[in-house]
Amino acid sequence: MLESVLVANRGEIARRVIRTARRMGIRAVAVYSDADADLPYVSEADQAVHIGPAQPARSYLDAAALLAAAAKTGAAAVHPGYGFLAENADFAAQVIAAGLIWVGPSPDAIEQMGDKIRARNLMEKAGVPVSPGTREPVTDVATAVLEAERVGYPVMVKAAAGGGGIGMGAAADEAGLRAAFETARSRAERFFGSPEILLERFVAHARHVEVQILGLADGRVLALGERDCSVQRRHQKVAEETPSPGVSAALRERMLAAAVQAGEAVGYRGAGTVECLVDADSGSFVFLEMNTRLQVEHPVTELVTGIDLVEQQFRIAAGDPPSFDPASVSPAGHAIELRVYAEDPVRFLPGPGTITEWEEPAGAGVRVDAGYEAGNTVTPFYDPLLAKLCVHGADREQALDRARAAVAAFRITGPKTNLAFHADLLTSTEFVAGDYDTSLVSKLRPK
Amino acid sequence: MPEVRAEMVANVWKVVAAEGDHVDDGDTLVILESMKMEIPVLVEGSGAVTKLHVAEGDVVQEGDLIATIG
Repeated sequence: MLESVLVANRGEIARRVIRTARRMGIRAVAVYSDADADLPYVSEADQAVHIGPAQPARSYLDAAALLAAAAKTGAAAVHPGYGFLAENADFAAQVIAAGLIWVGPSPDAIEQMGDKIRARNLMEKAGVPVSPGTREPVTDVATAVLEAERVGYPVMVKAAAGGGGIGMGAAADEAGLRAAFETARSRAERFFGSPEILLERFVAHARHVEVQILGLADGRVLALGERDCSVQRRHQKVAEETPSPGVSAALRERMLAAAVQAGEAVGYRGAGTVECLVDADSGSFVFLEMNTRLQVEHPVTELVTGIDLVEQQFRIAAGDPPSFDPASVSPAGHAIELRVYAEDPVRFLPGPGTITEWEEPAGAGVRVDAGYEAGNTVTPFYDPLLAKLCVHGADREQALDRARAAVAAFRITGPKTNLAFHADLLTSTEFVAGDYDTSLVSKLRPK
Repeated sequence: MPEVRAEMVANVWKVVAAEGDHVDDGDTLVILESMKMEIPVLVEGSGAVTKLHVAEGDVVQEGDLIATIG
């Protein structure tokens, strides 16, 4: 059992991790920038350390400041949350070198999976299906054109070191590829410090479905079900659900087995997610990438399995067995997560501001993981996630009913929010029928 | 004289146009960044950039003047 943990993150995920740490009797240390001093996670931690100005590079991405905060408070472990340094193998190695416990997979596993090209090659070797794509990094447009012809149009252009959909673009022909390549390369350099690009065959009617895995301290890798994350805007997730309405029992069995193989191939420890694309037309799937951390949308898995994933992360990091019997995991009911973003509900443009009113929905099957409360200011420095509104129902219909009621009851005044979008989503023919793919949001909000 | 104002709180990531430039409808004046998203601020109409009111690294509030086009 860990004595203490420093949570190297902010907002809702810091609050969520701190909540479980405190429940387990683990002393929780928060860190905060100038912009976040009055957020709930700071006051809910046992201790809080100011680490720098609002700019992420000088606070939440500043490894030295984080390690100094850990040393100052005598924290025994570091939990990175998601984003920021969560998938930074160097930071994980620095934490370990400082004699602390890293609540996550080994730096080696992070590194192998962090490069999308290496990860694809490794998965292919491990017998996990991958789509046709480049096996070497592409750094110039002439090579991209040649490779795209070999892979076959349409192609998806991505940063090899990327994430969050940043710089990603699809191309149907050579002209489109040239434009998409330039965008991807400039974003890749700016956001990820590497110009390396990956091309992959684009799947037209794809559902984005991922599998939650858990690598136990004894080396076993478990798959805890899937999440459908096809509701996306700008390649970023807006709503997730489990089970996926587009995955049959037979397909689920194959996907979960492949996710276990993926985890075993890198000796994975802790919570991780294997992201796949499911071809809605053929019912086949391909590996997309692996996220070597806790996922934003992990609550839907928690709601149907009754397993606290953060608790398992702490237990695994301490070398302890999980709190549940791996042989008797049986997901029950249906869960949906709606990401409440500080953005307008039509064009999805950022709308930060000071929160004058904040009233969360409550009731049977409703869980809200929020990063803010009334009086807080949502600043432009970080991602727009205000809260995750999660619901659980005995079946999908009940979950949808509860989600609709909860969206209507959520009151936020001050920043812009996408709650009105969620109200539309939950009554759209496609979502209600469960018959949708990654193009759903653009259908609901045509330009 | 048309004024271009910020639609939201944001950081000025890149100033693309310079004072004195002739700009046309749809040209990018500056690129703002807010909540990990880049937001290009585009010209409506055409004319010369008579005054740029922001520099890279500035924080603009909703409604702040970004540029004046003559």
